[in-house]
Amino acid sequence: MKRVFFLLPLLLFAVVAAYFYWGLDPERDPNAIPVQMVDKPIPDFELPPVEGAGVPGLSRTRLSDAPDTDAQVRLVNVFASWCVPCRAEHPILTRLAERDDVVLYGVNYKDNPADAVDWLEKLGNPYTAIGSDPKGTGAIAWGIRGVPETFIIDSDGRIRHHHIGPIHATDVDSTILPMIEELSR
Amino acid sequence: MIAEIGHFALILALAVAIAQGSLPMLGAARGQARLMAMAKPASLMQAACVLAAFLALMHAYVTSDFTVANVVANSHSAKPLLYKITGVWGNHEGSMVLWVLILAVFGAAVALFGGNLPPSLKARVLAVQAWIAIGFLSFTLFTSNPFERVFPPPANGNDLNPLLQDPGLAFHPPMLYLGYVGFSMAFAFAVAALIEGRVDAAWARWVRPWTLAAWSFLTAGIALGSWWAYYELGWGGWWFWDPVENVSFMPWLLGTALLHSAVVVEKRDALKVWTILLAILTFSLSLIGTFIVRSGLLTSVHAFATDPERGVYILALLGIAIGGSLALFAIRAPALKAGGLFAPVSREGALVLNNLLLATATATVFLGTLYPLFLEAFGAGKVSVGPPFYNRTFVPIMAPLLLFMAAGPLMPWKRADLRGVLSRLKFAFAAAAIVALGTLYLKSGGPVLAIPAMALAAWLFFGTLSEWAERVKLFRAPLGQSLQRAANLPRAQYGMTLAHAGLAIAVAGMVGSAAWKSEEVTTLSIGESLQVAGYTYTLQDVSQLRGPNYEATVASFLVTRDGREVAVLHPEKRFYPVQAMPTTEAAIHSTGLADLYAVIGEPAGGGWTVRIYHEPLVPWIWAGALVMVAGGFLSLSDRRLRVGAPSRRSRRRQRPSPAPA
Amino acid sequence: MTRVATMLSGLLLLAMSTAGAWAVEPDEILDDPALEQRAREISKNIRCVVCQNESIDTSNADLAKDMRVLIRERIQAGDSNAEVKAYLVERYGDYVLLKPPVRPATYLLWFGPLAVLLLGAAGVAVYFRRRPSFSEASSAAAPLTSEEEKRLHELLDDPNEADARHIRKPDAET
Repeated sequence: MKRVFFLLPLLLFAVVAAYFYWGLDPERDPNAIPVQMVDKPIPDFELPPVEGAGVPGLSRTRLSDAPDTDAQVRLVNVFASWCVPCRAEHPILTRLAERDDVVLYGVNYKDNPADAVDWLEKLGNPYTAIGSDPKGTGAIAWGIRGVPETFIIDSDGRIRHHHIGPIHATDVDSTILPMIEELSR
Repeated sequence: MIAEIGHFALILALAVAIAQGSLPMLGAARGQARLMAMAKPASLMQAACVLAAFLALMHAYVTSDFTVANVVANSHSAKPLLYKITGVWGNHEGSMVLWVLILAVFGAAVALFGGNLPPSLKARVLAVQAWIAIGFLSFTLFTSNPFERVFPPPANGNDLNPLLQDPGLAFHPPMLYLGYVGFSMAFAFAVAALIEGRVDAAWARWVRPWTLAAWSFLTAGIALGSWWAYYELGWGGWWFWDPVENVSFMPWLLGTALLHSAVVVEKRDALKVWTILLAILTFSLSLIGTFIVRSGLLTSVHAFATDPERGVYILALLGIAIGGSLALFAIRAPALKAGGLFAPVSREGALVLNNLLLATATATVFLGTLYPLFLEAFGAGKVSVGPPFYNRTFVPIMAPLLLFMAAGPLMPWKRADLRGVLSRLKFAFAAAAIVALGTLYLKSGGPVLAIPAMALAAWLFFGTLSEWAERVKLFRAPLGQSLQRAANLPRAQYGMTLAHAGLAIAVAGMVGSAAWKSEEVTTLSIGESLQVAGYTYTLQDVSQLRGPNYEATVASFLVTRDGREVAVLHPEKRFYPVQAMPTTEAAIHSTGLADLYAVIGEPAGGGWTVRIYHEPLVPWIWAGALVMVAGGFLSLSDRRLRVGAPSRRSRRRQRPSPAPA
Repeated sequence: MTRVATMLSGLLLLAMSTAGAWAVEPDEILDDPALEQRAREISKNIRCVVCQNESIDTSNADLAKDMRVLIRERIQAGDSNAEVKAYLVERYGDYVLLKPPVRPATYLLWFGPLAVLLLGAAGVAVYFRRRPSFSEASSAAAPLTSEEEKRLHELLDDPNEADARHIRKPDAET
């Protein structure tokens, strides 16, 4: 019986070492933070339009009522003209926005309105409405940590997916399209 | 060419370590003196080889040899010479060479100064030391070779991270490693004792100086790192409970416990099993620290460029070293005989309490540091464990420790009379009460808890002094006799007094920083001034300056109090173009009671963003740490602990001592 | 496959940054000192989600600054400290709190230290109970045997200490 006590340190170390081994998995990103917004309603926010962009601003009411569309699926994309990966995902978003069952909204994050308008003119504007968020506080209402990030919202106004980072073509096939098709059914 | 010599020397060191780890151990098992005697020349040879490798790497840095990949990644020809030298350990590969160098030097020190160790114990200790060396030399050679060449060589290097180009941080890693790695000695002695099956007072007397040396260096290393954070990060913080800080703090906490429990083994032949366990665990925590820092397991601002492969290698080493030693402990420790008896209220009892609280504190830091990983592994989400957690758990454990610490040294061995001890602390109690009232009077606006906290620091400080006064019979015997007694007190005694008093001073500094720090952040134009805590700071001038490898904005603040000049402060904001990285260099004027701390920021609205901090008692944190380190080294210089130990010992060792069952 | 984490060395390295801005800036500070004080208190307990173990109060990351501004906006809008924290937890999870909430998954974290202390104390109690010493404490612990005395002298090499011990020989016990 007494000997069991002498084994305790070894057993405790074995447990700790097992955790360490688990933690070394190269697939594990110690910096990743789990997403929180999925299955939550659209957060309360209200952002004015980007001056000169020619589309209205964005707010919770506008998102949940969606007066400008019959589409079942709403995408909200946080972008900025200074953000290089945003440029990479722009054509992918444009193609998604062309679908009948999808409407794309934008949050223009900490941008200069003139730069944003230039950017949209050059690359095309796939957004039905864009909220201007010069201070970044609107984006915090969405729980974002950087740009670009994209949310998928269903017709009940519930967030169904939160994508961190640029959307790659592979993401479209693996998660975005299946999700859109499921929601527009 | 020289890099190849360095590489070769490292390989040679590994070969020597393999011989050192096997033959003397065999000799000790078979009682063959010639095999055992091999340990000494082998450990000297191993140290010489690693030193050669280290010097070769340093040569590559000093001469800016950009054919060596490690130099390219971490140096630049325009870097000041000091930082070319310290850049050797400012990166993962180079710091590993420093790590094994310190390990080998400690081993060589045992070989050189361990003349009167029993031959079998000495052979086994050095063999265990060589096992650790084999692990880390092979790790360095196979996964982190600093001598790799690059072709074609670039014209210049990428420079050292500017934050590391700082005198405080330049010497922080060597100090820290001297501490970390120094605990390997206690570990080697513990494992050797388990193999021998014998732990006695002589063993404890051998372990103690090494532990004390490691502890002193680690104290200095942690203090240096914290001091650096204080002046370099630009907002006056000095401890963040970052995982990387925690992994250096855990061996310190447990090493402190070890230092105290080894006293009990030495003087009373008790707590032997526990002391062996502490020796193993203290070094294990050092190893775990090395693992966490270099594996990318946890997110920390620090962390070397990491690579899971390296992590797996170190984890395997951990498994062998820690798992092996704890298995040995499980097998052999139950056979160790219990030693002297003592009452719960006694010096030994006080040291047990010290160990209990320090072990709990270590467990708390361990839980806090690794809990996010545990939760994540269970898929239970991610949490952050930050300073508010430690303030609510660690601090309450430390408070009773400080409370009892004043009384412990006054207790006699075996059995003490608590009332008698307390009555001898009357003076300390009065002093604590006065400090509490004084704090209440001077700082009525501050947090209420700061008052008992200051009283606690005073209690410990004056309690420690009372103990010394009692020993020399101050004011109770004629002064001459007291002086005589003071001169006769062993240095180890003074070491303890200094270390305890130093902690009291540091605690007062920590309380001051936590309770009464004041701060102003504003925009000042040239000529404008700002009042902080009774001092007036006038921004006199802002100019641009070119350093050797950076550009700097230098401000000049005139600090006055009641119209009299106190100091002129020159905070800098630097930009290092090679790494495109800014740093702040705070300007600090210490009045002894407080630091006046100024930082210059960005230009804003026709003026400059300035931050002025008033840091009451903060200089005491490092003054206290310095006193603690001084206590440690003073104690080391004691004749009784001298590594060449007294000759009388050999006689004593013949006394029947606990034998393996 | 090298996952490059933040580069660095030494050991205690903290708080690196990208921009030249440091922690709270003058333009963020609220005019009302009481509200500002509350904002600072909250900020100290909120983790910067894009940094490494830093509170947003000391971080110079852009997102940390935005969060500081947001906290001040919400305080001015009349939110309590708890409401501000709840707002952030709703969006970033418990991860954003530097003081983890007490819930079943964190019981071990919060009560672990106490458990260790109690288990340790129990261990010490068992140690004292199982050793013969304390039933016959007075006889075992009172005077040192002459052999022990001699041994202590040898170990201590200290004339003062030896006689100091005599002064304190326990007598008040009974």
